[in-house]
Amino acid sequence: MKKFSWRGLSIIIFICVTAFYLAPLAIPNLPGWWSNHVLKLGLDLKGGMQILLEVDTSELSAADARGAVDQNIKIIRERIDQFGVAEPSIQKLGENRIMVQLPGVSDFQAAENLIKQTAMLEFKVVANPDETRRVLDSIDANVNANLDRFPALKELAELDRELLEEADDEASSDLGIFSSLIRPGQMDYEVQFDSVRLVQELLGNADFVQMIPAGWQLALERANAENPRADRPIHVLSSAVELSGADIARARVEYGSATSTDPRIANKPYVSIEMKREGARKFERVTADNVGRRLAIVLDGVVYSAPNIQERIGGGRAQITGRFTTSEANELSIVLNTGNLIAPISPASTSIIGATLGSDSIRSGSTAGLIGLAIVMVFMLFYYKLSGLITDFALIFNVGFVLAMLTAFGGTLTLPGIAGIILTIGMAVDANVLVFERIREELDHGKTPRSAVDAGYKRATITVWDANITTLIAAAVLYQFGTGPIRGFAITLTIGIIGSMFCALVFVRSIFDTFIVTGTKKSLSI
Amino acid sequence: MRLFNNTNIPFVKYRKIAYVISLILIVAGLIGLFARGLNWSIDFTSGVAAKVNLTALDSSVEPIQIDELRNVLKNNGYPEAEIQHVGPVQDASFMIKIKSETADAEVSGNAKNEILSIITENFPKHVEGRDINQDVIEEIYEVGPKVGSELRTNAILAVVIALILMIIYIWFRFELLFGLMAIAALAHDVIIIVGIFALTGKEITIQIIAALLTIVGYSINDTIVIFDRIREDLKIRRKEPLDEVINFSLNETLSRTVITSGTTLITALSLYLFGGIVLNDFAFAICLGVIIGTYSSIYISSSLVIDLTHATKKEKRTAQKLSGRR
Repeated sequence: MKKFSWRGLSIIIFICVTAFYLAPLAIPNLPGWWSNHVLKLGLDLKGGMQILLEVDTSELSAADARGAVDQNIKIIRERIDQFGVAEPSIQKLGENRIMVQLPGVSDFQAAENLIKQTAMLEFKVVANPDETRRVLDSIDANVNANLDRFPALKELAELDRELLEEADDEASSDLGIFSSLIRPGQMDYEVQFDSVRLVQELLGNADFVQMIPAGWQLALERANAENPRADRPIHVLSSAVELSGADIARARVEYGSATSTDPRIANKPYVSIEMKREGARKFERVTADNVGRRLAIVLDGVVYSAPNIQERIGGGRAQITGRFTTSEANELSIVLNTGNLIAPISPASTSIIGATLGSDSIRSGSTAGLIGLAIVMVFMLFYYKLSGLITDFALIFNVGFVLAMLTAFGGTLTLPGIAGIILTIGMAVDANVLVFERIREELDHGKTPRSAVDAGYKRATITVWDANITTLIAAAVLYQFGTGPIRGFAITLTIGIIGSMFCALVFVRSIFDTFIVTGTKKSLSI
Repeated sequence: MRLFNNTNIPFVKYRKIAYVISLILIVAGLIGLFARGLNWSIDFTSGVAAKVNLTALDSSVEPIQIDELRNVLKNNGYPEAEIQHVGPVQDASFMIKIKSETADAEVSGNAKNEILSIITENFPKHVEGRDINQDVIEEIYEVGPKVGSELRTNAILAVVIALILMIIYIWFRFELLFGLMAIAALAHDVIIIVGIFALTGKEITIQIIAALLTIVGYSINDTIVIFDRIREDLKIRRKEPLDEVINFSLNETLSRTVITSGTTLITALSLYLFGGIVLNDFAFAICLGVIIGTYSSIYISSSLVIDLTHATKKEKRTAQKLSGRR
């Protein structure tokens, strides 16, 4: 090219940018600043987990609500970081939703539990045996008087009556129906595995909670990780919160030495906690007032452990021991460290995609793309000959351009995104077809190649714009209303349309002008 | 090589036949819509969908039959579970879907964990030695009722807003009548495709909504290319009647219409045939859309313009207005 032209410059920029962003896909040993720009795959291609969380801000003021959502995001991010996921993404969606994406996570149940935790950590005094008996008796009496409000218990009571009539045993018939679900264990009352679900449901039932005498509450101990079918202890707790998660400064996992005299920590992991100044004072007071009683560590309404208070504890240090596995101890310390979530969160939707499905999708998606591309290219070559060949080059460039731009804007390639690229291949030739058909018409009218090309482009350009803008409108709407993968589709479609217009109106045109219709040529291969 | 050289197909003359065909398709679609309703996927209704692969490592273990799985789930508290076999017969891959019946009756947040434990407890041989999270689960979706109904509103809104924006664009570029008729043709495409989905009972997923919007974009693209040509020809052939000019334009653009539809259809077909199960319905919708969209651009939108201009006796005005602009 002898003289400077904007068109030439834009083509050079176009090619350089595309090459820059595609290079990391093809060349392995690039410097870090370069290879960092590599196309990211969406969860549906990579496998992993996505949870949409809804933050319940109904009890907060508008200003607090905004802060609460951001605070929750921070806490969730910390938890996930401690869980060790590569490239997690945590985004705020709308007013009070949080989208968490964890690519490549395999133990999705643990991840889900960790995120969902509302982490209400409380320390509460455990009732002594006399108090416990009294509370249980009064629950039984209250339940008996209102049996109609608890159909599940009523059914049990009726079943009991039938069974007992046959046995003609009067001695145990005075046992209250709720008490019949729990029985004295080694240290505490315990709930048999078969009844755990019923008891859990009752504890979550507001009607049932009213049956518990004021000032007290019931809480199950957490399930035994090694033996999930074991009986679970149930505690009667004073409902006063002595200390809360906010009083904790930090928590960490430690291991008891094998020679320790305390069987609860010997050779086992436990969590050691340090209180804040104020927390330490509260802790000292509680332990002083309740020597000989037990203090329950309650996380989200579940008792983690209930150690005996042997003496007044000053200094604000304590240990939570229990039959922890290492990972449980880790999880507990994470929860203690990251503190309370201000507003409760609940999952609004969850998706889990296995790694196998993802790689299958990539394979079949690229097969479909290559086959489609090949057929379209062969067709263009046959139908428009040399001009078709130029279009084919432009087409390959266009696909490269879509991938490059997706990388440049930090987008992710999703399965619908792949579909978008494949469809773009079909639609991208449209602009060229419009122009070529126009040029053919002009040639039929007896124009020279030079003026036919000029006239063809001039007339087709308006049409190309009109036609593509409407598709862009559809893509924009799709972007606005879609989430996740669908946005990926809208983005690839948009980039594809812009790329195809550039290819047809600038790229192919330049090749025509510079190489095909040079001055004296009498014919055009189209 | 040329497929259509100086064709002169009397499209306009046969437009009444096209009307009849379209009417039949639309009525069939509407009947399907009202009689059978749409099969909204979990994305929109809320519930749980889980795809699990229960092919045993040990090849001597009898593969699970779909009825066995159905009975096991039924006896464990999920009688409403829909179960489908997915993929090749020798693979014991199943899609288990549990939809919430109403928007309020939420499927328990634990349903997916429960289903997995029911499966591991009842089919120990089939999951033995395999990592549940890695190998057995292919995908799981759990959607709460709030998100589901929101998504459905958004999906319908998206299609409607896209249509309105397009009317405005065409109104601005051509004329209101053209815009309205182009949208009538689009509505025709959408109703027929949605009707086919209702009649075949195929699920309306988020991907299908994306496909519908793509079709809307694609079909309007076709229509606009033809309208563009009509506008241009009206300027050149001022003396000729509207019918003839439009028929001429249709023939002029025919080869482009067919080639572009052809290449798009080729890629959509290759997506349908080789793109894998996940994209199957999406590709199916696009294939349908390309065919119906092309048909409606040629036969419906332009024909409607002709008949409505006749009916409103605005023939001259339309021609003047269009040729007057640029």
